[in-house]
Amino acid sequence: MTKLKDNYFEIKRAGINTTFQDSGRKNLNHIGIPISGVMDKRNFTLANALLKNETNTPVIEFAYQGPLLEFNGDKIYFVITGDVKFEIIKNNKQKITGLPYNVYAIENKDKIDIQSTNKSVYGYLSLSENIILDEIWDSVSTNTKAKIGSNNGDKLSDNQKIKIHHKNRNIALSKLNYIDKKIEYIRVIKATNFDYFSEKAKEVFFNKDFKVTKLSDRMGMRLEGQILENIISTNIKSEGLVKGVVQVPSDGNPIIMLADHGTIGGYPKIANVISADFDKLSQMTPGTTIKFKEVNLEEAEKLFKFYNLETTNLINQIS
Amino acid sequence: MIKNILNLGDAAVYCDFGKDVNQEINTNVINYFKNIKDKKINGIINVTPSYNKLIVSFDLEVTSYSKVKKIIENLELEKKFENENKLVEIPVCCDENFKLDHDRLEKKLGIPFDKVLEIFFRKEYFCYMTGFIAGMPFLGDTSEKLRTKRLETPRVKVPKGSIGLTEQFCNIYTYESPGGWNIIGNTPLEIFNKERRSDPALINPGDKVKFNKITQEEYDKIKR
Repeated sequence: MTKLKDNYFEIKRAGINTTFQDSGRKNLNHIGIPISGVMDKRNFTLANALLKNETNTPVIEFAYQGPLLEFNGDKIYFVITGDVKFEIIKNNKQKITGLPYNVYAIENKDKIDIQSTNKSVYGYLSLSENIILDEIWDSVSTNTKAKIGSNNGDKLSDNQKIKIHHKNRNIALSKLNYIDKKIEYIRVIKATNFDYFSEKAKEVFFNKDFKVTKLSDRMGMRLEGQILENIISTNIKSEGLVKGVVQVPSDGNPIIMLADHGTIGGYPKIANVISADFDKLSQMTPGTTIKFKEVNLEEAEKLFKFYNLETTNLINQIS
Repeated sequence: MIKNILNLGDAAVYCDFGKDVNQEINTNVINYFKNIKDKKINGIINVTPSYNKLIVSFDLEVTSYSKVKKIIENLELEKKFENENKLVEIPVCCDENFKLDHDRLEKKLGIPFDKVLEIFFRKEYFCYMTGFIAGMPFLGDTSEKLRTKRLETPRVKVPKGSIGLTEQFCNIYTYESPGGWNIIGNTPLEIFNKERRSDPALINPGDKVKFNKITQEEYDKIKR
């Protein structure tokens, strides 16, 4: 068999917000650069585990509508994770309905058509071979707002090429039966400015429904539905932010900080989403109802251990 | 010194240095920041200083709040790092195209714009923190004669390089960004450049900054 020289995907349709991601870059908050990285860590981990890749291998993250990619080169393997609808269009035009968490092989001129995520936001495409990418500060993670990361800090665009370093790995067609459970609550710990809010606001926060708005992206998620009354001050002296902080600006509508958040901010912090619930939070689509439930630090730490254990169990179930 | 240590969520330690904003407290924050960074503590993924707070976030898979809190409480601040602080000179052009809030400042402060600039350029400023957007320095303190609030309606786009004033602080927009500070001029210097990998920000917390007034001609020359 002759070996093709260049291995690449041609992007026939880029999708809405398709970027290269890994686990992100650390220790740069103090100069204004957030961690970034994948929005749904478990699906990222599973995508690489299914292909027996190293854990932090870069993947393609897409939101809502994903890319349509035409492959050029020698046989490679891929997997898609998340609640994703996609097709493989073979060179002979045969269409195969794709199943997430199943490894597939593709050959020269085959296409992967990632049509949409179902009732969720993010999905992941991982390959058996390395994508050729530029790292900055030990990460390829793309932060489109700061224009930092691979692909010059931009999302992917039509007609671009994704170049692949071909190692000719032979991969088992592994699969995993996994349906992500929906959760009733997003669990939070009270944050440093909890007492800036009126008794009524505190009660409303834990007992009423909020709605995820369209103004949500990799930086943050804006909520509406309940106004949280601040009785002390709607501004604090600017201070550091972390992923999961729920800030409340003067209009009373909460905003939750996500992967690409600004590194400092001056709005009071009412609560902080626990680490175990980041993936599920990130996957909530605009219009979804969101309810908060209070837990303490100890419970949050236990829930995170449980979250990790669940991920490990899923990896062990790969057949 | 740290007045209070709290958890922020399950993966960050929130060190509170009190309510006041001044150089002494901030120098203390920066000293902690540099000492923690210097120790390269296992599991710590970000140390974020601000005026009077320090947030230390960590990887919950590796360490925990109680462990990191203990490390901070027992931290010996042996190193001073003061020799790392430098004086950075920033050229600023305040000509027609750049002084976006000329009229507003004259009205709010009740002094002619020439006088605003004279007072502004006279002082040396202290960098309290950088962030919000990559490399944006928060500098202070400005003269009491120059203190006013943010714009009631922030600009959707503040040009890159803009020098802004609000309350006792001034800053530099390192990227084009939304913002509400009162703009008096613009610097042709690249304040943040990711190509300078090991030291991308020209101004870092603890540095001193001196602004120098330049003409449009000089501005164009540096920009080229």
